[in-house]
Amino acid sequence: MSVRSDRDLGRLIFETGAPESACVLPPQPDVPETDLASVFGDAVRADAPHLPHVTEVEIARHYERLAGLNFGVDSGFYPLGSCTMKYNPRIGERACRLDGFAGIHPYQPARSVQGALRLMHDLQEALAEISGLPAVTLQPAAGAHGELTGLMVIRAYHESRGDARRRVLVPDSAHGTNPATVAMCGYEVTQVPSDERGGVDVDALKSALGPDVAAIMLTNPNTLGLFDENILEITRLVHEAGALAYYDGANLNAIMGKVRPGDMGFDAVHINLHKTFGTPHGGGGPGAGPVCVSAALAEFLPTPVVVADGSGYALARPARSIGRMRSFAGNFGVLVRAYAYIRAVGGDGLVEVSEQAVVSANYLMARLKDVFDVPYERSCMHEFVASGARFRKSYGVRTLDIAKRLLDFGVHPPTVYFPLIVDEAIMIEPTETESLETLDAFVEAMLAIATEAEQDPERLHGAPYTTPVRRLDEARAVKEPDVAWRPASEARADA
Amino acid sequence: MRFVPVTCEQRERMLAVIGVRSVDELFAPIPAQARLDRPIALPDGLSEVELAAELEALSNENASGLVSFAGAGCYDHYVPAIVDAVLSKPAFFTAYTPYQPEVSQGTLQAIYEYQSMVCALTGMDVANASVYDGATALTEAALMAARVTKRHRVVVSETVHPEWREVLRTYARGGTIEVVEAPARDGVTDPDALRELAEGAAAVLVASPNFFGCVEDVRLACTRAHEAGALAVVAANPIMLGVMEAPGALGADIVVGEGQPLGNPMSFGGPGLGLFAARSEFLRQMPGRIVGRTVDVEGRPGFVLTMQTREQHIRREKATSNICSNHSLNALAAAVYLSAVGARGLAGIARACIAKAHYLHDALVATGRFERFSDAPFAHEFALRYDGDVQAMREALLDRGYVAGVDAGGFDDRLAGVVIFAVTEKRTKAQIDAFVKEVASL
Repeated sequence: MSVRSDRDLGRLIFETGAPESACVLPPQPDVPETDLASVFGDAVRADAPHLPHVTEVEIARHYERLAGLNFGVDSGFYPLGSCTMKYNPRIGERACRLDGFAGIHPYQPARSVQGALRLMHDLQEALAEISGLPAVTLQPAAGAHGELTGLMVIRAYHESRGDARRRVLVPDSAHGTNPATVAMCGYEVTQVPSDERGGVDVDALKSALGPDVAAIMLTNPNTLGLFDENILEITRLVHEAGALAYYDGANLNAIMGKVRPGDMGFDAVHINLHKTFGTPHGGGGPGAGPVCVSAALAEFLPTPVVVADGSGYALARPARSIGRMRSFAGNFGVLVRAYAYIRAVGGDGLVEVSEQAVVSANYLMARLKDVFDVPYERSCMHEFVASGARFRKSYGVRTLDIAKRLLDFGVHPPTVYFPLIVDEAIMIEPTETESLETLDAFVEAMLAIATEAEQDPERLHGAPYTTPVRRLDEARAVKEPDVAWRPASEARADA
Repeated sequence: MRFVPVTCEQRERMLAVIGVRSVDELFAPIPAQARLDRPIALPDGLSEVELAAELEALSNENASGLVSFAGAGCYDHYVPAIVDAVLSKPAFFTAYTPYQPEVSQGTLQAIYEYQSMVCALTGMDVANASVYDGATALTEAALMAARVTKRHRVVVSETVHPEWREVLRTYARGGTIEVVEAPARDGVTDPDALRELAEGAAAVLVASPNFFGCVEDVRLACTRAHEAGALAVVAANPIMLGVMEAPGALGADIVVGEGQPLGNPMSFGGPGLGLFAARSEFLRQMPGRIVGRTVDVEGRPGFVLTMQTREQHIRREKATSNICSNHSLNALAAAVYLSAVGARGLAGIARACIAKAHYLHDALVATGRFERFSDAPFAHEFALRYDGDVQAMREALLDRGYVAGVDAGGFDDRLAGVVIFAVTEKRTKAQIDAFVKEVASL
């Protein structure tokens, strides 16, 4: 990424172009105009909204310039732990833009959308096989949305049995969305500590369990990148207490074809299609978070699910459905990409993906562990957590400084300060789509930065140096919020 | 297809560095009893040429390119070519959530501009980076109103899209809010019922144009909400905001909507784009991501994700919502779309939709097969009662290349026989005339 002229930095599209400019004109009217006052009464818009005045070339250049300020998977290595930033195959991009997928309305008669329904049905089946859980909803729009869906299904299950439960257990290594989801669902969170091997502390779990526990939410491999060896005992204890086990599928990329959440004893799982199946993260979305559940939970899934009735496919409402989590049937465009990915690599390919993701992560861990402490030094799955604590103690260099310095090496920093239970955490996930050459270059960069920390810590405190902008004043953004542009005549009138 | 660049020989070298003899050793922590003891039952991978053919074939099993009069939350508007040109840039679509602002200024600035445009359209001070869709935006607004007012009950008009209301009720099962519905009278919210129900409520939620396409008295609904100490939440169609007064100017405290009409394909209803905007006093109560403008250490302008103390990765169970993503690419599409059409273009598109809808409405009524469902004014969508079997009518017209509106009876038995038609700027007079002729011939 090159440094550009500062002149245009931060220049908004509102500050480009000239009044009267616009490139897409509305079609010439071919029917009589309708009097707007007859439609909106006195609520006809008085002042035109302040939208940009630009021509197409100005739009093209504006966004080309913005694109140049961005880092994506195509820009370089993106080892973001727990986020699985793998390559996004282009066949999926092309597929979701086909007219037969992009140009269909959700309320078209079912017989006119059999291809879309078949794709969804086959994707449901594939996810059921991968998760080991037979019933699937494709509706959730994101992983966190899937969590909420899964927990609501679990709540409905308990309620249907007249069993009011009010607590959900969450390990201290959990994703932040887990406790937030629990609260949204009206449950209380009970945190379960990790043991010295990085797994769930089984004794602590036993004392936390009780007749008022609805579920446990955990991911395995967990956010330390470790597979919990006690998983079968954990799910057994949970079930003995009458609770259910929810699997956060964020880390599914490590285990496809090796072990399935259903076979580990989980009752519900969400799958981040954008992580595991190579659909783009899109700068924050859209993703998709389908949920797979056991047979006992199937009738509570949100509506609709896709069913096959011999002659074709249809949308159906599960018998005791919790309702709906969003309008229509899900983020269909994302489902098309995930389907394309699964068909592209196939069953064997999914196993290879997991194996290589795990090999690559262990390779990086092996090469970095002497310089960056690894608090739980066991073979990891597709990611591992290192600690930068020694650099803080010895040289006053924080993990954030290391992360920012990596930007100067053309690498997107790993996830930092997560999970919360590791001091100065650096969480690294290479994924399977990185070459050995890239992995080695990353190791060299990390080692160079470690040397710099020792010899010239100030250099790290000031990093990055080569990015389009340098460290940003986040405190000012909070204290003096500026979250929308207004023309000078109106600016900050409300501040 | 394979997307793994590491060769077998390289893999062996990597295993040696790790200090294991085989890949299996790395999976040793998985208990034997839990392992999948057979190959995963999925077909083998395909070559790209085979996969492309399969995907083409699947897409061809769908009837696209129909002359569509279906709306009800998903609309067949024209998408300018520049929109997909921008969306297809890998620097946008292969990027992650912009947690590292130094290398994410493209995404961050684009979202800031999007937020600004949403504020301009809705007449609000602040907007978030989007949520999943209109239905989840409405629901998040209800949850936010409950937080702000410390009240429990929200009142939603029966004229709001039935699926949106169902999402609201589903979220309410957690017990954080209680939902009551305000009845409709002649296709619009009954203002007298609203007055009664709003008492003690956290929010009054209305949509205009509503599910039936009818234009609501937004000003009156907001007044009713405020008289009762509730927040006024208005769901708006963003295309109609080109000509319709901004809800902010009519008294709304929170404005939500489905942003799909702004440059996003119908795509069988997803992904959508949840528009969410509010008055500035509620900035810290808003769900979802928010981008703010600031400066870097050298004083240069730049953008960051801000107000993150509301969010799940800091507040965990006390977070304002569990949302940790937005529909960023869809928001980008909306921003490019609004830049391409500008205020004049948007108003022109809105006027074209409205004019064509009224033309179709009158022509359908003139066939004698339809009766008005409501006497309330409508914009680019309207409901009519059909004198025959709605399903049969839609099926027959499908064979002739049309999506003949949406069957409202599919949502609510009380609406059996009611069809909702939407008309966009893509429909020509000739298409409308031909459609009406087909309808009349049934």
